[in-house]
Amino acid sequence: MGSAVTHAPATEDLTRDSEPRHGPVKSPRPAALKRRGRRENLAGYLFMSPWIAGFLLLTAGPMAASLYFAFTDYNLFDAPRWIGLDNFSEMFADPRWRHSVQVTLWYVVVGTPIKLIAALGVALLLAQKRRGQAFYRAAFYAPSLIGASVSVAIVWKAIFSDDAVVDRTQKLFGIDAGGWTGDPDLIIYSLVALTVWQFGAPMVIFLAGLKQVPRELYEAADVDGAGRLRQFWNITLPMISPVLFFNVLLETIHSFQIFSSAYIVGGGAGGNACGPADGTMVYTCYLYVQGFENSRMGLASAMAWMLLVAVALVTAVLFWSQKRWVHYEEGGR
Amino acid sequence: MSSPDLSTSLGRGAPPSAPDGTPARSTRAGALRRRLPGSLAWHTGSLAILAVILYPVIWVIGGSFKNSEDIVGSLDLFPADPITANYTSLADGIADIQISTFFVNSLFLAVGSVVGIVVSCSLTAYAFAKIRFTGRNLLFTLMIGTLLLPYHVLLIPQYVLFRNMDMINTYTPLLLGKYLATEAFFVFLMVQFMRNLPRELDEAARLDGCGHFRIYWSIVLPLCRPALITSAIFTFINVWNDFMGPLIYLNEPGKYTVSLGLKMFVDQEGVANYGGMIAMSLVALLPVLAFFLAFQRYLIDGMATSGLKG
Repeated sequence: MGSAVTHAPATEDLTRDSEPRHGPVKSPRPAALKRRGRRENLAGYLFMSPWIAGFLLLTAGPMAASLYFAFTDYNLFDAPRWIGLDNFSEMFADPRWRHSVQVTLWYVVVGTPIKLIAALGVALLLAQKRRGQAFYRAAFYAPSLIGASVSVAIVWKAIFSDDAVVDRTQKLFGIDAGGWTGDPDLIIYSLVALTVWQFGAPMVIFLAGLKQVPRELYEAADVDGAGRLRQFWNITLPMISPVLFFNVLLETIHSFQIFSSAYIVGGGAGGNACGPADGTMVYTCYLYVQGFENSRMGLASAMAWMLLVAVALVTAVLFWSQKRWVHYEEGGR
Repeated sequence: MSSPDLSTSLGRGAPPSAPDGTPARSTRAGALRRRLPGSLAWHTGSLAILAVILYPVIWVIGGSFKNSEDIVGSLDLFPADPITANYTSLADGIADIQISTFFVNSLFLAVGSVVGIVVSCSLTAYAFAKIRFTGRNLLFTLMIGTLLLPYHVLLIPQYVLFRNMDMINTYTPLLLGKYLATEAFFVFLMVQFMRNLPRELDEAARLDGCGHFRIYWSIVLPLCRPALITSAIFTFINVWNDFMGPLIYLNEPGKYTVSLGLKMFVDQEGVANYGGMIAMSLVALLPVLAFFLAFQRYLIDGMATSGLKG
């Protein structure tokens, strides 16, 4: 409850305050300017007060608390006990933790590029103005809205289970792998398929970016006799690189945080929370298990901070790399 | 717009007419001949993708009318003799709780969240977009920073906080953040929108002696309707789909949301009443699908603008 700002007297003050400004002041004297600046400050912070309260109470405060918990042994019932780096050394020595890191990285490294390539490919297809374009765009976008739901996870589990449609289709090609959801090694690919299925959201962003590429560039390239592939590589890709950067950043960060679908497709509940032989034990699943099933809040906080560090590192590397491959118009940064 | 040269220059369509102005007739006929296979390929490709996209949705619709044992076992999308038993079995509820209870709970949370987001995020966005106050840039950077912050870092300390305030198994932890503008994405969306409003409007209002609240309420807010609607729909859908929040904070089945109810269905009756589970999965999706059909323009436009300014 550390917020210093109260917002009760906010609104009347604001409307009343601005009246004198209308008066016949010829040249704004420094005092008047100062007063006006102060009034703007007051208004600004009053309008911001919900956000500031939320930031302190629900973001900054909890982050600080979480950092503290990370160095304690805390089971919710007894007061947190400082144990230094023990949580971290336990974490790094835990094969199940290392497994969850591996599963998550694999999911991110395989799923994100496929999803983005699919999104870009379909966006290029839909960028052509043809009949039905708007319909396809809407239909392809729909999975992004429902993909995170429990319903779709249930459907996914069914479609990828033994003897269901994916399994039978494989058998047509002579592959008898059994259902993916029952196989510790394959089940992660059903989650990859689920995220790729939701390519619509980045696709819509790509489409908006493609629309802004000046047509003249392609016409000039046509005159010069550049082929479609050259045009894509030398015009389209550089021109949409800011949008590509945005999509890569957002999709990567989101992929690191996958939880619900892994939890539901994997089976959930009980000792085997995330998949046969921990097949879908992604990082956040293990964090949930440690924190909320084993009541190890200190250890789970340490895990959360490792996730934050990983995400921050990926973000930093992406921002650092954008100098090399992201082209902003008007010189940019 | 309608020129065939321009419209196809992105893809594998016709090459543009030669700059020296060759007779239009021959190029057009040639273009048409070359465009036809392109068009065919385009539609074939789009339809193939559409089939993959829609398959799970059609599968769940068909499955909800099948016998439990045929749902996974049979490859037919729709059963030869459809049954409604899966739907009627939902009337029994789960663990003595009516299915409708979950829907009422989810609806309450979703509507409550929409109100909170629209009010708190628009106030914050107005300050960022229209008021020049000291520290604005710093706060804006902080706000953007929270966009990239993994939610899981806050999960445990927030849980501890709400537990200490005795709010576990209430809706407060799930709603409070919505009223305190913690969803930076929507603040960002509205800031972008407000910055693009013509400056003259609020400057004129200021000269007429309007305070910030008047300008916010009678000028900016009405003009921001598209951004507000987009935020409202996204919020509704996100809250409706949310699983982790209710999973952590709610522990009494009577307070469960649809997502949690569905998960309880899976755990308790998923084997015994597989068909019922599939039927309920579909029913749980219907509100989201309805919103999508009604408002898809807003959703797609909102999504598109989010990327362009990033």
